[in-house]
Amino acid sequence: MSATETSAAPKAAPKKANLAHRLWTGEVSYDFVGHRRRWYAFSAVILALSLAGLLIRGLDLGIEFAGGSRFQVDVPAITDTVVEDYRDAALEAGITGLDPVVTTVGQKIAVQTRSLDAQEQSQLRTALAALAGVDEEAVAYTQIGASWGAQVTSQAAIALVVFLVLVAILIWAYFRNGKMAVSALVCLGHDLIVTVGVYAWVGFSVTPATLTGVLTILGYSLYDTVVVFDKVRENWASLETSHLTYSEAANRADNQVLMRSINTTLIGVLPVAALLFAGSFALGSGPLEDIGLALFVGMIAGAYSSIFIATPLLAQLKDREPAVKELNEKITRRRAKQTRYGAAQTAVSESADGDLLIAIEAVEAEPASASPASAAETPSHRQQPRHLTRAQRTKR
Amino acid sequence: MATSTSTQGRRHPAAALIGFFAVLGLLTLLMAFSGTWTPKLGLDLSGGTSITLTAANTSGSGAVNSSSLEQARAIIEQRVNSLGVGEAEVSTSGGNQIIVAVPNVQGNELVDMVGTTAQLAFRRVYQVDYSYAAADPTIATELPSTPAAAADWRTEPETELPTGEAGRQELLTSQLAYTPTEEETAAFAEWNCGDDFPDVWDQVLFACLRADQVSDSMLQAGVNQKYLLGPSLIEGERVSSASAGIPQNQTSWVVQLSFDALGTTLFTDVSTALVDATEPANQFGIVLDADVISAPRMNDRITGGSASISGSFTQDTATNLANVLKYGALPLNFELGNVENVSASLGSEQLQAGLIAGAIGLGLVVAYSFLYYRGLAAVVIASLGVAGLMTYAMIVLLGQSVGFALSLPGLAGVIVAIGVTADSFVILFERIRDEAREGNSLRTAVETGWRHARRTIVVADAVSLLSAVILFILSIGAVKGFAFALGLTTAIDLAIVFFFTKPLISLLVKTSFFGQGRKGSGLEAEHLGVNPARRPKPRRTLASAGKGA
Repeated sequence: MSATETSAAPKAAPKKANLAHRLWTGEVSYDFVGHRRRWYAFSAVILALSLAGLLIRGLDLGIEFAGGSRFQVDVPAITDTVVEDYRDAALEAGITGLDPVVTTVGQKIAVQTRSLDAQEQSQLRTALAALAGVDEEAVAYTQIGASWGAQVTSQAAIALVVFLVLVAILIWAYFRNGKMAVSALVCLGHDLIVTVGVYAWVGFSVTPATLTGVLTILGYSLYDTVVVFDKVRENWASLETSHLTYSEAANRADNQVLMRSINTTLIGVLPVAALLFAGSFALGSGPLEDIGLALFVGMIAGAYSSIFIATPLLAQLKDREPAVKELNEKITRRRAKQTRYGAAQTAVSESADGDLLIAIEAVEAEPASASPASAAETPSHRQQPRHLTRAQRTKR
Repeated sequence: MATSTSTQGRRHPAAALIGFFAVLGLLTLLMAFSGTWTPKLGLDLSGGTSITLTAANTSGSGAVNSSSLEQARAIIEQRVNSLGVGEAEVSTSGGNQIIVAVPNVQGNELVDMVGTTAQLAFRRVYQVDYSYAAADPTIATELPSTPAAAADWRTEPETELPTGEAGRQELLTSQLAYTPTEEETAAFAEWNCGDDFPDVWDQVLFACLRADQVSDSMLQAGVNQKYLLGPSLIEGERVSSASAGIPQNQTSWVVQLSFDALGTTLFTDVSTALVDATEPANQFGIVLDADVISAPRMNDRITGGSASISGSFTQDTATNLANVLKYGALPLNFELGNVENVSASLGSEQLQAGLIAGAIGLGLVVAYSFLYYRGLAAVVIASLGVAGLMTYAMIVLLGQSVGFALSLPGLAGVIVAIGVTADSFVILFERIRDEAREGNSLRTAVETGWRHARRTIVVADAVSLLSAVILFILSIGAVKGFAFALGLTTAIDLAIVFFFTKPLISLLVKTSFFGQGRKGSGLEAEHLGVNPARRPKPRRTLASAGKGA
C-alpha cells in the first residue's frame, strides 16, 4: 500500500504509536485518491472475473425459481457408489421423464427432479426410503410447482427493481448531489456484480434466500458510502473556507473512516462468516449458506468499494467542476507561495502528489480545539505556516 | 461540555438503566404470565409439512375474491383438522394463497387431502337422527371413537364408476333399489358424529351436517343431525352451474342448480324415484368431504336438468351452497404451489446448525472486541447479553401473540444482527476515542463522542431497518422471517444503545478504572494514541522527519 509516514520523533512519541490515531490526525495517510488508477484497475480485474464467472459458469437457479422437487435422506454411509445407487433407485421408481440429479450433502443424499405430482412424489419417496433403510417419513422433500416457481421469479425481479429504485431515490435525496449519487450508484453496481460473480464461481444454487442476502448488502453498501461521503463533505465544508483541494479532502475522509470501516466490517462479517461456516459444513445447503455467502462477499466488497472506488471516483468527477478546478489552482498557488516563505520546503521539493498532501496535513492537522496549554508546547516552526494562512485568508 | 449538559439531560445515567431493566423485567413477567419460555419454532426447525396453495380465479380474469379465499381457508382447515393432527395452522397470504402448516406430520396423506379437490356427491337419505356427540368437529375428534365399528366397513369401492352414459344409468337403477340392512341400521343407531366412517362412493355412508350448517340452537345444545345415506347417485362433476338468487316475484333466496347431459338423465330418474318416497327417503343429501351440506326434499319430478333448492336461506347460506355445488370442494381452484416437508431429524439438525452459527458468531465478536477494546469489551458483552435477552423475550412473546415462528432464515437474521448491534458499539467507541485523542478528558469525550455518534448510529440503524421493512414486504415465504428478525433486532439495538450502553459507559467513566484510563480498561492513553502528560504531542512535518532520517 502506498503509505507515507512521517516518523515521529523518537523521544516524544509512545513506543507503539497507534495506527488509528495517526490515521485520524493525518500523520499516516494512505493515498487512495492519488493512486486511483491502481484501484480502478484492481476492481476492473475483479469485475471482469465476476462477469466471466457469470458467462462461463452461469448461475445455478434453485428449484424455488425453476420449479421441481428435492428429496433429502440420511444415508448410513457415503460410499463411492452411493450417488449411482440412489440414481438407479430413483430411475427404477417408475416415474416417466424423471431425470434425477443426485448429490451428496454431508451425510445426506439429495435427489432433485422435475416437479412431481402427489402420487409420483410418494412413489419416489418410498423408493428412496427403502434404499436408505429408513422410514418413509424420514425422507424430507420440497416440491415447487412450475407456476409457483414463475411467481417466485417475477416476485424476485420486482423486489430487485423496487429495491434499486428506492436506493437510487434515497441516494439522490440524501446527497442532493449528482456526482455523489453517481459515485454511490457505481459502487452499488460494483458490489452487486462482484457478489453475483463470486456466487457463480462458488456454484451455490440461487434461492430466494440468496436474493434476500443480495438485497440486504445493497443497504450496507449504501451505508458505507454515506459514511465516507459525509466525512468528505465535512472536510470540504465549502468552497470559500477550504484549504484542501477536493481530492485532498476526499482522501483525508477516506483515511479518517478507514479504521472505523475496517472495524465495523470485521465485526459485521464475523457472525456472517459463522453463518456461512455452519451453513456449508454442518448443513451443506439451505438458507444459512445462501444468505451467508451473499452477505460475506457483499459486505467486504461494500467496504472496499466505498473507500477505494466511491471516493476516488467522486474526487475525479468533482475536480472537473470549474469552481473546484479554480479553487484547486488557487490552493496550489498559495502553497507555492508558502514554499517561498520556506515553511514546508522539503515537502514541496519532493513534490509528488502524495507527499505534498502529507506536508499540508501536518501543517493543518492541529485541531482548532487544541487547548491553550498545548500551544505553549507547539514547536515554533509550526507557527509560521499557520500565521501565513491566516494572513492569506484576511487578504481575500 | 460538562456531563450536566449531556444528551441525557439532567437525568442520571442510572435512571435510564433502571428504566431499561424495568422494561426487560416486564417482558420476562409477560413471558411468565403467558407461561411460555421457549420460542415458537418454524417447521424447518421443528420438522413438519407446510403446503402453499395458490388460488386461480375460476372465471379466468381479475383478482381473487377475498371472501372466497377465506371460505376456502375454512374448508381446508376443516379437512386438515379432520386428520386429528392438532396444532395445524391454515392461513391466507398475499391475497391469493393459502398456507397450511402442520408440525410433526410427514406423511403423504396431508398433501393428498389438501391438494386434491374433495368429492361432492348426491346421496339418498334413508334415516335421520340426532347425534348427541358435540357438533364441533374439533371437539369431536378428541372423543373416543369406535374404531372397531369403523373397521368393519369397506374402505375401497366395490365397483368402478362406469364411464358410459348407459352404464351409469343402469347402475343408478340398482342403487335406487338399495335399502339399508338391519346391521347397518343398528350400527347407525350406535354411531355418533365425529366417529370415523369411510367415505366410499358406492357404499353406505354415515355423515353429519357440516359444523357451519348446524343451527345455533342445536350447536349450543351440543346436538347435530346424523344421516344414513345410500350410495352416490350423482357425482359432483355432473353439476354444470349453480347460482344463488331471488327469483322474480319471490322474496326468499334460492339456489339454482343445472346438470350436464348425463346429469340431467340421472337427475330425472332420481327425482322420479324420490318424489313419491316417504320421509326421509325423499330427501336428497348433498355430501361434501363426508359432510352433509344440505338435504333438501324432492318436491317435483324434474326432467329438464335444472332444479331450484329453496328453504330458509339467507344470502350467505345460499351463496355458500351454490359455491359448494359449483366448485365441489372449494370456491376457488387451487394449484399446489410449494410443499416443504422437513423430517424431524433434519429439523433438529437445522436448529443445531443455526445455534452453532450463533455461538461461533457471538464468540468471534466478543473475542474481537476484547482484542481491540480491552476492558470496554465488558460493555460490549453486557450490551450483547441484554440484546440477546430482549430479542429472545420478544420472539417468545411474538410467537404467543401474533404467531411469529422462528424459522431458519429468521435465525440467520438474528445472527447477522449480532454484527449490526456490535457495529453501534464500534461507532460509539471510535467516536469516544476520537474525542479523547482531540485532547478531551475521558468523561467529556464520552458525552461529546455520544452526541456525534448518536446521529451515525441512528442513520445506520435506519438504513438497516428500512431494508428490513422493504425486504419483508417484497420477500416470499420463509425468507420473510429473515427480514422480520433483522428488523426486530435492529429496533432492539436502538433501544439498547440509547438506554443501556450509553448510560453504562457514563457510569463506568466515573469509576477510576475506566475514568482514569487504567491499564486494560481500553481507555488507556497509549491504546487510544494520546499521551495525557504531553498532550498533544508535537507532530513533525516531513521536513524535520526527512532530516531525522
